[in-house]
Amino acid sequence: MISRARIRTWSRSPNALVYGLLLIGALLFPSISTFAVGNNTLVGLVADAGVWVLLAIGLNVVVGFAGLLDLGYAAFFAIGAYTYALFASEQLGASPIHHSFHLPFWLMLFVGMFVAAAFGAILGFPTLRLRGDYLAIVTLGFGEIVPRIFRNLNQWTGGINAIGGIDQPTLPICITGPWSFGNDLAIKTSAADCSFSTSDPTAYYILMLILIVACVILVSNLQKSRMGRAWMAVREDEVAASAMGVNTVNTKLLAFAIGAAFSGFGGAFYGAKLSLVSPDNFDFIVSITVLVMVVLGGMGNIPGVILGSLAIYFIEFKFLIDLPQNSVNIANAVGLGFLDPKNGDWPGLNDFVQRLNFLVLGLILVTMMLLRPEGILPSRVRREELRKGVSDEAVADVAAT
Amino acid sequence: MKALASVRQTFAGDIGTAIFSALGIAAIAWIIFLAIQSPTDLFQTLVIGVADGAIFALIALGYTMVYGIIELINFAHGDIFTLGAFLAIPVLGLFGITDTVPFTPAIAGILVATAVIVMILNGLINITIERIAYRPLRNAPRLAPLITAIGMSFCLEGAMFLWKGPFHVIFPDLLPNTQLSFGAYTIGVKDIFVIVAAVILVIFLSLFIARTKLGKAMRATAQDRQAAQLMGINIDRTIAATFFIGAALAGAGGIIYGLYFNTVAFDLGFSAGLVAFTAAVFGGIGNIQGAALGGLIIGIIRALNERYISGSWSDVVIFGILILVLVVRPTGLLGMRVPEK
Repeated sequence: MISRARIRTWSRSPNALVYGLLLIGALLFPSISTFAVGNNTLVGLVADAGVWVLLAIGLNVVVGFAGLLDLGYAAFFAIGAYTYALFASEQLGASPIHHSFHLPFWLMLFVGMFVAAAFGAILGFPTLRLRGDYLAIVTLGFGEIVPRIFRNLNQWTGGINAIGGIDQPTLPICITGPWSFGNDLAIKTSAADCSFSTSDPTAYYILMLILIVACVILVSNLQKSRMGRAWMAVREDEVAASAMGVNTVNTKLLAFAIGAAFSGFGGAFYGAKLSLVSPDNFDFIVSITVLVMVVLGGMGNIPGVILGSLAIYFIEFKFLIDLPQNSVNIANAVGLGFLDPKNGDWPGLNDFVQRLNFLVLGLILVTMMLLRPEGILPSRVRREELRKGVSDEAVADVAAT
Repeated sequence: MKALASVRQTFAGDIGTAIFSALGIAAIAWIIFLAIQSPTDLFQTLVIGVADGAIFALIALGYTMVYGIIELINFAHGDIFTLGAFLAIPVLGLFGITDTVPFTPAIAGILVATAVIVMILNGLINITIERIAYRPLRNAPRLAPLITAIGMSFCLEGAMFLWKGPFHVIFPDLLPNTQLSFGAYTIGVKDIFVIVAAVILVIFLSLFIARTKLGKAMRATAQDRQAAQLMGINIDRTIAATFFIGAALAGAGGIIYGLYFNTVAFDLGFSAGLVAFTAAVFGGIGNIQGAALGGLIIGIIRALNERYISGSWSDVVIFGILILVLVVRPTGLLGMRVPEK
């Protein structure tokens, strides 16, 4: 029996509400959007957004829970994606070892995760004693190095030509139906019939949803565990935490490695979904975008971070990309159609709005941060801190040992 | 884990310093080897490196000053540097220079005037940015101003993109292209110009920080903002002045870059900013001489790497060195041990 008090706490906490709405929305979304638009491009878009949600949840462990600023998060994403791409395509056949592997996706998803986590631990081990901002710089350096190494090692990774033709995940058994894989209701048992495909994103969408739900459960349990409390203690005051018997080095290392693991997980999925992994996909801007998602959503609060990542993803990859065409349509509709064609220095409305992209994104970031520095849906602790004017020095002054 | 911790301690202590010194000695040995092999070649590379490094140093100064005073990694600073180059083009246009013209003494005067105007404009823009995007967040969580700095960086890049479009913009070639030769060694007048201009600016800045009242206020604010305020220092004005000076130097760097390379692009500041920031950390962030030295060393490393190893690896080398420096000596080359607050 669910007690009344329990229901009251649930209904009071915005988190439960957000989780509920997100889950219902996520379950209904494929059918509604396919029905409304007539095709499943939107489903594919949201499946891509899921990768970013996963990244944001992972970075939230590092930045939000443990208070370690990581500016090179894309490096682990790249490591995960390349781990999958190298061992699930023809790429290594062209490399000096002349033998290509085709390991199954379900295995590589976890291998990518562990490889990324291992790199996180290797980077974290010598550097985590640094004060917050220095750690940020080390991670920034690491984030710059990794994609460049992938770019420069042409023999192994194909360099700027990217790795294409990456294997799609297959299931041993699946039920076909109107939703995916075909149209007749039947149970298929061959791998050829049950392969994911880049042209039909619904399967990816479902997989992503399962992964995200699993990760959210995992992370929120971690947050409530002994380790989660240790992270918070380290974030608030490392010296005091250490005096209370928290092994600060292990605690931070674990946060770093877990964050990296999520990134590697997301990377392997991303490689399969796109079927193409290029070094350009892991630039500094990726790390920054994930950080912005975490901070804008509400650092330390998982539903906030999910909302933040969906909002930023929508702005960056849908709103800003559709904006030029939409503004041309609007201009034509209100009789300003003369703005559309090119004319001397005027690049035409479409091009002009396209050039505005950077500016619009920048203005959105600045305004949102000025209006609501704690994020869309902050954790309760953080909101209290801000309201009472306790300045938060967590990321700044993680004292050195 | 205890054993690991002690390994880490020793690695950070004497052994770390030993490894670091050994690497330094190896690098010097390598340079001596190159010098014996082909002194003229090495000289040419070093000149390029020092000229590049001088520009990086000018950008790095702004990073280090802002970080020193409000502990903010000012991501918009690289774009302030680009803005300097972009602003110089119309200002030169006001003086009637829109294209490459041969060098005359009058050109030198125009260049100085342009530099002064651009430095002031750039400084005022940076003060405005500080006022809008950083000051309201001074007591907000640490990451908030970092995000607005990134936002401002996008805004500046967006504005320049809107202004000049996505392509490379030609910067008028105004300096003489003559090469001075001393025996087998040659050095371009442009190289000399870049180096001399940067050295003059750094000396001026050092004197300003060390001798003037405002410089003293900056040092006090950097050390302890509240105590400085209690001593009657106007914190807001001091921080604004820091942003002004940082932007003015970056603007000068932008003009010098334009005159040296004759081409600028709207997204130039992003990567240049990252490298300059590395230089600032390398020299010891918060330290003026450190930033200048860091810029110089990074420039030389880049040039050596591009000449003798491979250009596409130079960023990997630079950031690799950055990580190494931070691991064994987090305070940078000239940084002092800062007490934990």
